[in-house]
Amino acid sequence: MTRLPAWADYGLIPVLNLGLAFAVAALVIAALGEDPAAALEVLVAGAFVYEGALGYTLFYTASFIFTGLAVAVAFQARLFNIGAEGQAMLGGLGAAGLCLAFDAVLPALLMIPLAIAGAAAAGAAWGAVPGWLQARRGSHIVITTIMFNFLASGLVVGLLSGPLMRPGQSNAETRALAESARIAQWHEIAPLLGLEAGRSPLNLSILLAVAACIGVWWLIWRTRWGYALRCLGLAAPAAEYAGIPVARITVQAMAVSGALAGLMAVNTVLGAQGKLLINFTAGFGFTGIAVALMGRGHPFGVALAALLFGALYQGGAEFDFEFATITREMVLLVQGLIVLFTGALSQMLVPLVARALGRA
Amino acid sequence: MGWLDLLLTADSALRLATPLMLCAMAGMISERAGVIDIGLEGKMLAGAFTAAAAAALTGSAWAGLGAAMAVGAAMAALHGFACITHRGEQIISGVAINILASGLTVVVGIALFDQGGQSPPLGPEARFRPIVLPGVETLSGVPVLGPLWRELVSGHTLPTYLALAVVVGAWWMLGHTRFGLRLRAVGETPAAVDSAGLSVPGLRYRAVLIAGLLCGVAGAFLSTAHGAGFVREMSAGKGYIALAALVFGKWRPWPVLFACLLFGFLEAGAARLEGEVLPVIGRVPTQVILVLPYLATVLLLAGFFGRAVPPRALGTPYSKER
Repeated sequence: MTRLPAWADYGLIPVLNLGLAFAVAALVIAALGEDPAAALEVLVAGAFVYEGALGYTLFYTASFIFTGLAVAVAFQARLFNIGAEGQAMLGGLGAAGLCLAFDAVLPALLMIPLAIAGAAAAGAAWGAVPGWLQARRGSHIVITTIMFNFLASGLVVGLLSGPLMRPGQSNAETRALAESARIAQWHEIAPLLGLEAGRSPLNLSILLAVAACIGVWWLIWRTRWGYALRCLGLAAPAAEYAGIPVARITVQAMAVSGALAGLMAVNTVLGAQGKLLINFTAGFGFTGIAVALMGRGHPFGVALAALLFGALYQGGAEFDFEFATITREMVLLVQGLIVLFTGALSQMLVPLVARALGRA
Repeated sequence: MGWLDLLLTADSALRLATPLMLCAMAGMISERAGVIDIGLEGKMLAGAFTAAAAAALTGSAWAGLGAAMAVGAAMAALHGFACITHRGEQIISGVAINILASGLTVVVGIALFDQGGQSPPLGPEARFRPIVLPGVETLSGVPVLGPLWRELVSGHTLPTYLALAVVVGAWWMLGHTRFGLRLRAVGETPAAVDSAGLSVPGLRYRAVLIAGLLCGVAGAFLSTAHGAGFVREMSAGKGYIALAALVFGKWRPWPVLFACLLFGFLEAGAARLEGEVLPVIGRVPTQVILVLPYLATVLLLAGFFGRAVPPRALGTPYSKER
């Protein structure tokens, strides 16, 4: 095993892998007959410069922080949580379900914390069950979480086209939630502070996302539980021998992971859309895998990676307007390449870099 | 439901099970050799797009099938490069392949055809048409066998018959050939295969490439036999159902075939029962029927009925040096 200094391992290698992903994407763009440099320019302008663009970018960033942290926490225990998508869906059901039941009677000060707790609890439950099945019944977490994604999707479709459907409507969505269940958006708050802000779905959930980053960091690196979690990830037999309750930690890790994924619904359902829509998760649970890999499983890395993906999503949307042949799906391609190079092929460049640094 | 209704449901079940059989056999061969393949979905999607694109450009369904198999194999080679050559995480590589396929099919589709990611509709000569087997006429007067032969056995497209042949072939190959024995060994104890002087990466690459070819056929079925052209995300999770069938069938050819047919039958039944009112149950909740495969797989995997034991070296990259 080649060893690299920490700065190369955590700084250089991810940047090089990211560069490879972008280089391949640029080749694809060039092969399609467009100019990669122009595409990058559009991407950056679309993500940061245009009015309201930054708001959208940060809105997506908040969602990706939640799903990225979800995957990262589970991965600290070497658990592949492919199910963030389904857990986020359940989070939406939990939040929206409580809001539909109580938003007429509860004031915002009670309703919003309750809805946030509901999102976290529902997501946690949807994560804990596969965790329990792995810990106690020996089922493989990857297969179970994939299946749970489909079960969640069936549940959401079934409920939204039945009991939760807006009365008198044929669209599969809930009624609009009351004002008391909505999280304030930045463009509503900014004028109160004397600032200008373009319209965007950016809302106060991003503060929750930042708090989640700090919370996860503290949980994993500053608590006994986090120590047990990392032990389990590094060497499960050693953890078992040291008396760490492996099964319990597994279930708890998946519950925390699911809760974080569920919180994504706070940003999208309570913060942006104000109702539960079908497909509101939009594949962000899967993007969370890329975010966690890119961020090397560390909360601060996850936050940076989430910002990168937020910018890609928002900037990539501009492709539709600026180019004839490339569209926002280009971002999906970049995302796939990032998962490939920073995840599956993360070790490819290590020997090369080691040789360049004279350490082979 | 009358006898003919049942027959028609079985007929459509066989059609819906075709991509499942092909992908599940692909997954079985790859995973019995120790390489997890959750990229079945992506390879099938890429195959579906390639088949439709090549068939639209050349006017030949066969060109489509060939191109789809080539692209399936190319993506499989990428999977192999990442997790056999570079010992990367097999699950992450599979996820990458699924996302790449989602993005690439639409990006290339728009660049080629400028129809929002779809391919142009394919004419009859660019598609695989239903094959009428001999004997349909002669047997038409026979009471049970006649309709059975006409509705269920005859009238499928080439990929469906191919899928059934692949199941038999996979069973023969895995259980009754030297190559199959080696594949299974490499999925259980690769070190033993290595010390017998065989190349572990070589065998695993072959398994992964076969899987890619089969996923390509499954994709070609979707866009040039079952459908008449490519539509965005047309694999619609079938690769994951195939994965479920693979686990449900305990990584063994005949049980996997049974699982594919069962899941196909559930899907066909759900489509048939949509909106109907049955005597005892009332309005049939199709969502419930559609998620049954996933639920059944979860329960089986958890050992609530039966026991599914994966190949022992599944998911572990092989390193020669200790």
